[in-house]
Amino acid sequence: MIQFNQVSKRYPGGYEALNQVSFQIKRGEMAFLTGHSGAGKTTLLRLIALIERASQGQIVVNGQHLGRLPNSGIPYVRRGIGVIFQEHRLLFDRTIFDNVALPLVIAGYRHQDIRRRVRAALDKVGLLEKERSYPITLSGGQQQRVGIARAVVNKPPLLLADEPTGNLDPDLSREIMQLFLDFNQVGVTVLIASHALGLIKSLQRRVLVLESGKLIADQ
Amino acid sequence: MDAPIRRKKNTRRPARKSAPTPGRRKTPGIFRSRLRPLDAWLLHHLHVLVFSLGQLSRTPFPTLMTAAVIGIALALPSGLYLLLDNARQLSQSWDDTVRISVFLNIDVSDVQAQQLATKLQQRSEIQQVQVISRAKALAEYQQLSGFSKALETLDGNPLPAVLVVQPQLNPELGASQNSQVLLALLQALPEVDIAQFDMRWLKRLLAIMEIIHRSVLVLAALLGLAVLLITGNTIRLSIQNRRQEIEINKLFGATDAFIRRPFLYAGLWYGLFGAVIAWSLVQLAFALLQNPVQKLSVLYQSHYQLSVFSYQDVFLLLATGVVLGLAGAWLAVSRHLQEIQPR
Ligand SMILES: Nc1ncnc2c1ncn2[C@@H]1O[C@H](COP(=O)(O)OP(=O)(O)OP(=O)(O)O)[C@@H](O)[C@H]1O
Ligand SMILES: [Mg+2]
Repeated sequence: MIQFNQVSKRYPGGYEALNQVSFQIKRGEMAFLTGHSGAGKTTLLRLIALIERASQGQIVVNGQHLGRLPNSGIPYVRRGIGVIFQEHRLLFDRTIFDNVALPLVIAGYRHQDIRRRVRAALDKVGLLEKERSYPITLSGGQQQRVGIARAVVNKPPLLLADEPTGNLDPDLSREIMQLFLDFNQVGVTVLIASHALGLIKSLQRRVLVLESGKLIADQ
Repeated sequence: MDAPIRRKKNTRRPARKSAPTPGRRKTPGIFRSRLRPLDAWLLHHLHVLVFSLGQLSRTPFPTLMTAAVIGIALALPSGLYLLLDNARQLSQSWDDTVRISVFLNIDVSDVQAQQLATKLQQRSEIQQVQVISRAKALAEYQQLSGFSKALETLDGNPLPAVLVVQPQLNPELGASQNSQVLLALLQALPEVDIAQFDMRWLKRLLAIMEIIHRSVLVLAALLGLAVLLITGNTIRLSIQNRRQEIEINKLFGATDAFIRRPFLYAGLWYGLFGAVIAWSLVQLAFALLQNPVQKLSVLYQSHYQLSVFSYQDVFLLLATGVVLGLAGAWLAVSRHLQEIQPR
């Protein structure tokens, strides 16, 4: 599903955030990405989501060579990737329903199907009764769950999450992780960047460790 | 895994292999629920058109302000143009006050000229004939031209006698047609050298109106540019205000065209509202003018009616507003949307 071959990323200004990183994540696999702050976790996820382009090396996502992809092709690759951010990034002038519906509207789904899918996704994260509320009225954990519903609503084969439990207490973090496990259970490939080492360890999944842009461990 | 039920025959892409429903509740039959591309496209356009209208109506006051500025900018040239159009029509109806200057042959004496005048006076299509004798013509010319010295050195009077003919108005014929027939008739007389309309004042008026016409065109171009910039700037601001939304849309796979669309439609609405306001302003101004013009035309014993916008004019005005609004939005969008890339 994800394949990195000798990938380096140098930001404008010369800082090398990733250095010759190679790994492969199979379809249906679930993996964590850890490392110190500034190790390059976010950068790696940004490369997959085509927010940044690699300076060197080859990235293949869902069978697509990203290096060969023209800019006009970026939107279509992104529709196959659900992204979850630490800071949620919800639209505060729209209801929960409209926030979750966004990927479906973008992909041109029918109105009735949008309704059905959004409600299914909200039900999954346990926020169905909040569909008419605005994000501002939700707690941090609830907002994160809305972000997750938005990422999975169009059933992308790949989920990326950047510190999804960053601001949450341990119980909430565990709940959120359980959601990701559920998605993985039904075949979604999941890659999560996280600091929560204890939690990660307890889940017994593959862990990729970055340090100063280098991949130093893969268990 | 729930089995996808295919309801639509022609879907673009092959069904995805693993698009799993997460978790406990299965949501049946919604896999290939995307619309056919064309339907989806049309529907989306319609949706965005209404959506962008809704967004504008959420901030009615700023929207109205922008539209009003556009309206005034459009009203000025269109109102002036309409005025000019009226002036043109008026000047055409002034043809009936045209006189004909008949220059007689140089060998026609003042006495013969007087006789000819008397004869012409009896014709029904002539209202009045005035004789300018050769001597009088010379005197006038000396006085007006300042060439008196030069003329004195000539032996004899070089100027012919002139008859100034005032055509009789025949209400059954058009004014200009009337005088054209008369002109040909006078030209054919053996004593006549040249017969021509004395229309210098009319020509001057027309020349002045041509200048005004050009000025209105220049003004229209400038104000059109202003409308372009006003819409462009308004759209630029709303792009900046919705930066977050644009980024999120891009992150979830929105194409540039998808993101562009609501802004372009907002430009369209601004232009359209502006044009409607311009139309109302001009209509109002002309309604206020109607009465005084009526009074004036009664004084001139005519029945002149101010003409207002025709349907074509209105359509043109609205179309101009829409095109300028769209173009302004396009300018802003093509300049500023590329700057916004998701973080
Ligand atoms: N847009 C950018 N321009 C320049 N340098 C950047 C940019 N983004 C990140 N970096 C640098 O690249 C390095 C890796 O950053 P990255 O965000 O990938 O780290 P991270 O592992 O996600 O850290 P954290 O755990 O704090 O989120 C950092 O040193 C950072 O300063
Ligand atoms: Mg990070």
